[in-house]
Amino acid sequence: MSIKLEHLNYVYSQGTAYEKKALNDICLTIPHGEFIGVIGHTGSGKSTLIQHLNGLIRATSGELYYNGENIYREGYPMRELRNEVGLVFQYPEHQLFEIDVLTDVCFGPKNQGLSPEECKERALSALRLVGLKEKYYESSPFELSGGQKRRAAIAGVLAMRPKVLVLDEPTAGLDPKGRDDILDQIAFLHRETDMTVILVSHSMEDIARYADRLIVMNRGTVMYYDEPKKVFEHYQELEKVGLAAPQVTYIMHDLAKNGIAVRTDVTTVSEAADEIMRALS
Amino acid sequence: MVQTEKLVFEYEKRDEEGNVIGTSRAIDEVDIDVKEGQFIAVLGHNGSGKSTLAKHINAILVPTAGTMWVDGRNTSDPSELWNVRQSAGMVFQNPDNQIIGTVVEEDVGFGPENLGVPTDEIWKRVEESLKAVGMIEYRSHSPNKLSGGQKQRVAIAGVVAMEPKCIVLDEPTAMLDPVGRREVLKTVQKLRKQKQVTVILITHYMEEVVDADKIYVMDHGHVVMEGTPREIFSRVDELKSYRLDVPQAALLADELRKRGLKIREGILRKEELVEALCQLN
Repeated sequence: MSIKLEHLNYVYSQGTAYEKKALNDICLTIPHGEFIGVIGHTGSGKSTLIQHLNGLIRATSGELYYNGENIYREGYPMRELRNEVGLVFQYPEHQLFEIDVLTDVCFGPKNQGLSPEECKERALSALRLVGLKEKYYESSPFELSGGQKRRAAIAGVLAMRPKVLVLDEPTAGLDPKGRDDILDQIAFLHRETDMTVILVSHSMEDIARYADRLIVMNRGTVMYYDEPKKVFEHYQELEKVGLAAPQVTYIMHDLAKNGIAVRTDVTTVSEAADEIMRALS
Repeated sequence: MVQTEKLVFEYEKRDEEGNVIGTSRAIDEVDIDVKEGQFIAVLGHNGSGKSTLAKHINAILVPTAGTMWVDGRNTSDPSELWNVRQSAGMVFQNPDNQIIGTVVEEDVGFGPENLGVPTDEIWKRVEESLKAVGMIEYRSHSPNKLSGGQKQRVAIAGVVAMEPKCIVLDEPTAMLDPVGRREVLKTVQKLRKQKQVTVILITHYMEEVVDADKIYVMDHGHVVMEGTPREIFSRVDELKSYRLDVPQAALLADELRKRGLKIREGILRKEELVEALCQLN
């Protein structure tokens, strides 16, 4: 289920005084089954970009191929695309609305035309996947804590069994444990189901830990598209565009400057510990 | 400056007809004491009661039992309400929910205008507070064209213009990119030095609180840990049991110690770790 973007442009409010080019000549190929991180300053076009992936926003010009098929061709089954590419928006818990958690998670599959039994079965497996305890299934979604609501909302998308899961800052506002739990859960799903995961985040530390590859957005263009290690080597350029490297990367650079022979392309704490032990022994 | 004695806040639980069926304690006998000019951090997982506590500081909520004093005034006394709100200003998580003006300077002027400050004085304060947060060159811009970090600084300027003695920031950086986050924190520190405001910062980012004078950790409505950043972050396992974390530099130092490196305890910043490692080399 690869996704390919060719010379994609998007202009907000075209032809008015508020015209703004949000995406500028984007060319990208996202192979099936990868864990992709998307970073960029606020207003860089990250959210606009991901809303193109399931056809919520139609490009002003350029093409988008899902699995080799141009989604902008006439008669393209957009509904099927939306079943395959699941989008979890920022603060998805604001979209919870049903009387209890289980019914809320059933909403997606119900709209896919599945039988009540199938809906329930999918909802239950999705709730188990996000690690929400069974005692909450009958509760009103509004009685849950922030982290639990977030899980219920993600389950609502997973219940549709998407092949590509796109998440827009799924950990914003969560406590550290909540952040780790949700990201570990997503990484687990990615390993178990060969689902493609596209994760937008402002936490460089998180993104470095989970993503195979990073898309760095800057003012509507793709600045880098590479492995985290390679991307964070450009930490000075990243700072100029509102971003940064994980804290450990800075530590490694400072150590190298002070004459300790460590590699600097390190992005996680355990890697850094290995590298420092090696250099000092 | 801010003091509580056995502060309790209870939410009423209601059934579908609106009858009270029980209460739940969001804050349970909390005692805190914040001195004038201090930088205080409050940590705690989602639902631990930190935002509920924050809302007491400018009397959005008043205690169910116990007392809260802000600048010597009892917040439960209705005749002190406006004085309390003028003493303590609040900045919230989402910049888009707290900006109401169509022009930056108009937004900043809204607070003092409501306090009945004379027009000349309002303009003076608007200019001064926009300078203090480094946003003066945007005074005639529309707020919706600003980045997240800039919007948050405008929101802070709006609070500063009311000349509060104390500013409470409830996860002000949760929605910002790394540079936006840094801008906001720098601004807060600058205000502290220039205007000697007391700062109470609620956050889920451990890196942001290493310079605090004191940290309170909350869990289930109680204050469960209290101390300097060095004291708090040396208790890694205890913090993790409250769903929290330690800054990456401290985590790496801890990991290296476990692997047998002889580096001192209580390292919080990357500079400290780099220095400690250079001494070993």
